[in-house]
Amino acid sequence: MEYKKINIITGHYGSGKTNICVNMALELAERGEQVTVVDLDIVNPYFRTADFEKLFSQHDVRLIAPMYANSNLDIPALNFDMTSIASSDGYIIIDVGGDDEGAKALGRYLPVFEKHDSQLLCVVNKYRYLTKEADEATELLADIERACGLRCAGIINNSNLGSDTDKTVIEHSFEYADEICRKTGLSLVATAGKAEFLENAPMPFPIKIFVRKIWEEFEQEQA
Amino acid sequence: MAEKTLMKGNEALAEAAIRAGCKCFFGYPITPQTEISAYLSKRMPKVGGVFLQAESEVAAINMVYGCAGSGIRCMTSSSSPGISLKTEGISYIAGADLPCVIINVQRGGPGLGGIQPSQADYWQVTHALGHGDFHALVFAPASVQEMVNTVTKAFDLADQFRMPAVILADGLLGQMMEPVQFEECEIKMSDASKKPWAACGHKNERKHNIINSLYLKPEQLEDTIKERFERYEKVKANHTEAVCDYCEDAEIVVVAYGSTARLAKSAVDAARKEGIKAGIVRPVTLWPFPVNELNEACRNAKKVLTVEMSMGQMVDDVKLALNCSKPVEFLGRTGGVIPKPAEILAKIKEMGGND
Repeated sequence: MEYKKINIITGHYGSGKTNICVNMALELAERGEQVTVVDLDIVNPYFRTADFEKLFSQHDVRLIAPMYANSNLDIPALNFDMTSIASSDGYIIIDVGGDDEGAKALGRYLPVFEKHDSQLLCVVNKYRYLTKEADEATELLADIERACGLRCAGIINNSNLGSDTDKTVIEHSFEYADEICRKTGLSLVATAGKAEFLENAPMPFPIKIFVRKIWEEFEQEQA
Repeated sequence: MAEKTLMKGNEALAEAAIRAGCKCFFGYPITPQTEISAYLSKRMPKVGGVFLQAESEVAAINMVYGCAGSGIRCMTSSSSPGISLKTEGISYIAGADLPCVIINVQRGGPGLGGIQPSQADYWQVTHALGHGDFHALVFAPASVQEMVNTVTKAFDLADQFRMPAVILADGLLGQMMEPVQFEECEIKMSDASKKPWAACGHKNERKHNIINSLYLKPEQLEDTIKERFERYEKVKANHTEAVCDYCEDAEIVVVAYGSTARLAKSAVDAARKEGIKAGIVRPVTLWPFPVNELNEACRNAKKVLTVEMSMGQMVDDVKLALNCSKPVEFLGRTGGVIPKPAEILAKIKEMGGND
């Protein structure tokens, strides 16, 4: 994956943005880079980047999350100063809430994004209900761009069926990602998936699955 | 075989309702179930249905009351505090013998409580979903796929027995994503004109139907309630459901429903690997409670453990069902805290070690 100073990860609700963000952050951290992850999700009440506080601190990744994330106060308040975050050293990864509703939160930070070297990347998943067709995904991408006032710079194909994902599932999505790229004129920047499934994938981005169910975590520990 | 898609529990409930012939949805947003409203606001207009965001939960349930009276399949959804607001309307719907589906994606309580997952509305939904002598059908699915399958069943049985049906989920089930398949389902009884009681226009061909829950004579009200309870007996006799795993030789039987059953199942699997004869019963219907299924599963049990995301509510029904024939212990977390499989496993071991 090619990174800019500021990497804004957007996409359809449930396309797997959070898992992508966690993987990007850890990849950069492993390279010895300084990384800040910003949880800008104003849509999800739980199951979000802020869940990975412990993992991030183990890898010296700085996490900036809304003050009420994962609390019982359901207020989409963004209380951080993006200007000072952006002026700090290292890379910044921003996990945006799903769809155009989530992308709206980006608008107020436009001047910061324009000032720095930044890119908006869009995560797509062929297996999500309302973006199964390339046309639907393309339409949603336009909605996201309109909502945040930024142009998308590339597509991350994160097509997956949760725990049912395998090589075939991922390979069946290549044509879908191709079609989105053709229709939008954007380039594919990554095909994400477990390393063993990416043998034939264009722009492979091997990932680990961090967003897991509580029982899946327990079963893994037991094994 | 239908193609698999990845869906959030809330979205799956919403899509399943459309496929089950639900034509009208009336709701009011509340975390953690708002995706149901959000999804239906986009989809309902595309399938010729009605999505209406009411001014309050009370308004929404009364719209369901009116809509159900006309024989059209309709639904509302909310989370715990919102369901409390709806209970007056639900009682009227039950009193007028009308079918509808109500979804409760539970969060912490009492009061505003919190937005994290909970199962503290068990007593409310099974014992007191409003004033008066009545019951609602209560289903407790444990996966996104099962939520899909349950919606059709809930609409069908609600129509068949002319009573409200509740799908009792929780924030964990509503928010989590799993692959699902939508099989083509046969939609039974969704046609209002085939419901002889429906107030959908008599066209001068029959006497007009009246939707009502007020009876002027006590005897008349008593007869109506007795007739309703005869119907409940039929539901109890034919429509209980539970899923049992490893119960044939189980000495410790864990009882859990909904997402807690997923957590408990992992703990039971781990206990089995350690040589502990543990089993699990997952009630799928909470009303009627699967009394026979539970007794059958606990035949060889020395002890029973109920696990819930509450201070202990279903545990009462477990004790009643077993009629004190086995010692019943309880493990629960509440306030939005999810019990860890490791905690459940530790409790199973502790119980197994007391012999």
